[in-house]
Amino acid sequence: MPQFRIPGPLRRLSEGHTTVDVEATDVVGAIVALDAAYPGFKDRLLDENGDLRQFVNLYLNDEDVRLVGSGLGAKVGEKDEISIVPAVAGG
Amino acid sequence: MPKVIGLRCRECGAEYELQATHVCEMCFGPLDAVYDQALLKKVVSRQRIEQGPKSMWRYRDLLPIEDSVNVVTLGEGFTPLVKADRLGAELGLRNLYVKNDTMNPTNSFKDRVVSVAISWARAHGFETIACASTGNLANAVAAYAARAGLECFVFIPVDLEPAKVASISVFDPNIVAVRGNYDEVNRLCSQLLESTPWAFCNINIRPFYAEGSKTLTFETAEQLGWKLPDEIIIPIGSGCQFVRHRQAVRELLEFGLVRGDRVPAFTGAQALGCAPVYNAFVSDTPDRVLPVKPNTIAKSIAIGNPSDGVYVNRIARETGGVVEAVTEEEIVDGIRLLARTEGIFTETAGGVTIGVLAKLARAGRWNGDETVVAYVTGHGLKTADVLASANGHSSRRVEIEPTMKSFREKVTI
Repeated sequence: MPQFRIPGPLRRLSEGHTTVDVEATDVVGAIVALDAAYPGFKDRLLDENGDLRQFVNLYLNDEDVRLVGSGLGAKVGEKDEISIVPAVAGG
Repeated sequence: MPKVIGLRCRECGAEYELQATHVCEMCFGPLDAVYDQALLKKVVSRQRIEQGPKSMWRYRDLLPIEDSVNVVTLGEGFTPLVKADRLGAELGLRNLYVKNDTMNPTNSFKDRVVSVAISWARAHGFETIACASTGNLANAVAAYAARAGLECFVFIPVDLEPAKVASISVFDPNIVAVRGNYDEVNRLCSQLLESTPWAFCNINIRPFYAEGSKTLTFETAEQLGWKLPDEIIIPIGSGCQFVRHRQAVRELLEFGLVRGDRVPAFTGAQALGCAPVYNAFVSDTPDRVLPVKPNTIAKSIAIGNPSDGVYVNRIARETGGVVEAVTEEEIVDGIRLLARTEGIFTETAGGVTIGVLAKLARAGRWNGDETVVAYVTGHGLKTADVLASANGHSSRRVEIEPTMKSFREKVTI
């Protein structure tokens, strides 16, 4: 099953779990499934238009989903990992 | 009584105890340091600042470091605010200033944020300082960690400019060169956060780190005789410092350090080769900053996925500023223009700032009497290689024999 990786500060929502397996065939479906298991994730990840919120990055394996052609519609398979990574400042 | 009382989410306002974290558990928004405003109102004054050290620590009351803490300092800040008459004459600006932040201990504005970050981290028991960096931050972190006697890990993209790598290495930090771009380095560090007890300057202790940026604007106001300029031009990487400069102006007004209520226009500068904030600013949806893959010589601001991009666009719009971007050629022209007219040698990010300043001036943005300040945030020796690759030999260079005859033949005086 595709797997979500939950970063430290957001694990209160996932009851402490670092990873959450979800049944889904695309990224949006994975978010919906994650939200079904641990309610609250969907509203935090997606805005009212269904777009990814600005200060949240979602990586499908090593690729930022915003840079994948199909975006949130990108297909996910058995061994895919989706990581939530909060935006970072820097330079 | 502590002056920093906690952290607050910039999006939803949720409050947290003082700790090394940067993300709101409620909405995933960024966290900012919260001060006891009543306490600050009592203590902050021009007089206290003017009696302080000739460094950015003269604004200590407005930084998130308690009075009891020994700060880690190399004398950062209070850099020259240069009245740029010759550059101004070329651009039709009679009141143009360059804030020369190349004059910091490790030659970039990052010394300001790192001095605060490491002071905070050491005071809160951290033994290892780390960062993800495009070079300047790693340079500052390595130097200040050496100064503080702390362990240091810096994570940099593998293709960083050789001059930057050399000036980081000399401080003997652990350098991890990551085969990826800055955004990928950042992502790795965000994930490492969980398995290391380290203070990552730009990640888990960002709320404190970022506060150091404000001092650039505090100084600018003080050096203008406690006045705010009409417009400030700021280079945009993550947009983190841009947001803090807006906060600095709020504090200058709030605590009566400058009079009136007029807020300067905040203008952002990006390289077209990595312009996610500019792309959004000129689009119909400035609140949607889409990431890009960076491809520019301005590596110190080559952040394809800027954390504060949306806030930059809001602030630019609200204050009557703009976000503008320049080509690689205009960046090098900007470096040369500043050097030729003012004797200041800046790195590529400064070339972006001056390039945008020149572009806007030539497009008639100003009538000529406005007070405009350009923040030049890093020294030219950090990226001197771009001048070599862009025909670095001056057209005014001649090579001669060590004889009077050769001199007379080849040199026009």
